[in-house]
Amino acid sequence: MTDLYQKLLMEHSHHPRNFRKADHANRTAEASNPLCGDRVALYVELEGGIIEDISFQGEGCAILRAATSMMTEAVKGKSTADAQRLVGLFHCLVTGQDEVESEELGALAAFGSVRYYPARIKCATLGWHTLRAALEGKGATVPAD
Amino acid sequence: METDWGIATKENNMVHSAAAYDVERNRADFPVLSRKVRGKPLVYLDNAATTQKPKAVIDRLTEYYTSENANIHRGVHYLSEVATAAYEEARAKVQRFLHAVKPQEIVFVRGTTEAINLVANSYGRLNVEEGDEVILSVMEHHSNIVPWQILCQEKGAQLRVVPVADDGELILEAYEKLLGPRTKLVAITHVSNALGTINPVREIIGLAHGKGIPVLLDGAQAVAHMPVDVLALDCDFYSFSGHKLFGPTGIGVLYGKAALLDAMLPYQGGGDMIRSVSFEKAAYNDLPFKFEAGTPNIAGAIGLGAAIDYVQRIGLDRAAAHEHELLHYATTKLCAVQGLQLVGSARQKTGILSFVLDGLHPHDVGTVLDMDGVAIRAGHHCTMPLMERFGVPATARASLALYNNREDVDALVRAIHKAIEVLRRPT
Repeated sequence: MTDLYQKLLMEHSHHPRNFRKADHANRTAEASNPLCGDRVALYVELEGGIIEDISFQGEGCAILRAATSMMTEAVKGKSTADAQRLVGLFHCLVTGQDEVESEELGALAAFGSVRYYPARIKCATLGWHTLRAALEGKGATVPAD
Repeated sequence: METDWGIATKENNMVHSAAAYDVERNRADFPVLSRKVRGKPLVYLDNAATTQKPKAVIDRLTEYYTSENANIHRGVHYLSEVATAAYEEARAKVQRFLHAVKPQEIVFVRGTTEAINLVANSYGRLNVEEGDEVILSVMEHHSNIVPWQILCQEKGAQLRVVPVADDGELILEAYEKLLGPRTKLVAITHVSNALGTINPVREIIGLAHGKGIPVLLDGAQAVAHMPVDVLALDCDFYSFSGHKLFGPTGIGVLYGKAALLDAMLPYQGGGDMIRSVSFEKAAYNDLPFKFEAGTPNIAGAIGLGAAIDYVQRIGLDRAAAHEHELLHYATTKLCAVQGLQLVGSARQKTGILSFVLDGLHPHDVGTVLDMDGVAIRAGHHCTMPLMERFGVPATARASLALYNNREDVDALVRAIHKAIEVLRRPT
């Protein structure tokens, strides 16, 4: 019954990684969910098309904190193209639109059961939408789903 | 007798009949309550959002569509007469339910939101001018804020806001001071959807009327939980939604004193609201049809009539006594949960339990409860100014109705303990 709030997620929620403001960030974006007031600010240091550093701040529920924390770990050191691809895969995973190869997602596969709680999809994707906005150079975004 | 809180209670009857109140029989009237959710029996505690529907209402809707469906007020054929009679009988039921003087004072609308918009657009536009003021309270639902905000922006008028004390009660002294020569209307909720506070509406109305100011009450959270008597309250407008009174969605009621409604202009134009139309002008129909443009929600109104029959069979005074006892039980149980803080502890409350848990996000709490089949609401409850007043972005809210029992409360408390176990940071 608690498959949504697995140990790994709760651990990230309680101890989010890269939870700081990055000093050398050259791409930033913010987003909020007006329904619950949750918000996330993302800081990306992009060098030659590679995400050299990424961090975030904000406040929100356990799903948002864990998803954003694990996202920063997953995309650090990746090219923008690979990161964008991962944004798409994660979106498919949590909405259940397409079957996603869990191998590509690694530990992120833990978010698969979000699809059974549609009201919470936005919590899982808010940080990821913000990443896409930061990479595309859009300062602020409100996710569509 | 009438209490100071504007609740018509018959205390002797209440004490007598509370003993005979059979909550299990009430539960059996609601088919959905016997279903399972996520493999667990449904524990429905989101009644402030919408109530479930008794079989009597569901059957009435089926019967209408099966054998009475026709358009109303214009047909010359038999079925249209049957449908018209049923629709107008529903209006008469609402009139008796609210103790209004006549059925013409009952306007069918989509819900409380549309009722308030109707008054803001029609009464408001006619009577509110630049520099005037409309009084609301901090605890209003967005639907009793935004229509007035739009009006005030259009007219250059001001909203004045009655503050709320820490226990969730309105500060009446502050309200009294806000009533001034520029006040054109007071629009206040009868019962707070986020706190459960029952406002002292009789006193609120008395103070306003002392200065010749009319009062609109938002009764969305009141009508399913206490008898309401608009005549005894002497309120000028009263609004509620059918779906929070065990009736269908998409149907609601605006009560207005006939003299006020008469002087108001139509809110929407269309068929049924006119007597005659030429390209030069239209002559408006009588009350209440002036405000019911287009084919109304006929089935919804008839279903609402059946819902009113249902609650009157049970007796709202008896239901209120049951819910009050259950609220007391739940309050005691919830207060015993470590780290749980109730938001809203007014002396006069309906069965609404808004709470926050130390370090836990209400949406996470709501989801873990849902995993156990316990349905509550988590969020700002469309009362963002109130949430800001209490310094919380959101709360979890359990809300009771006449079919809830102690087992529901026990399941809630068990699920809350589980949420704490799952979500709390290990120490």
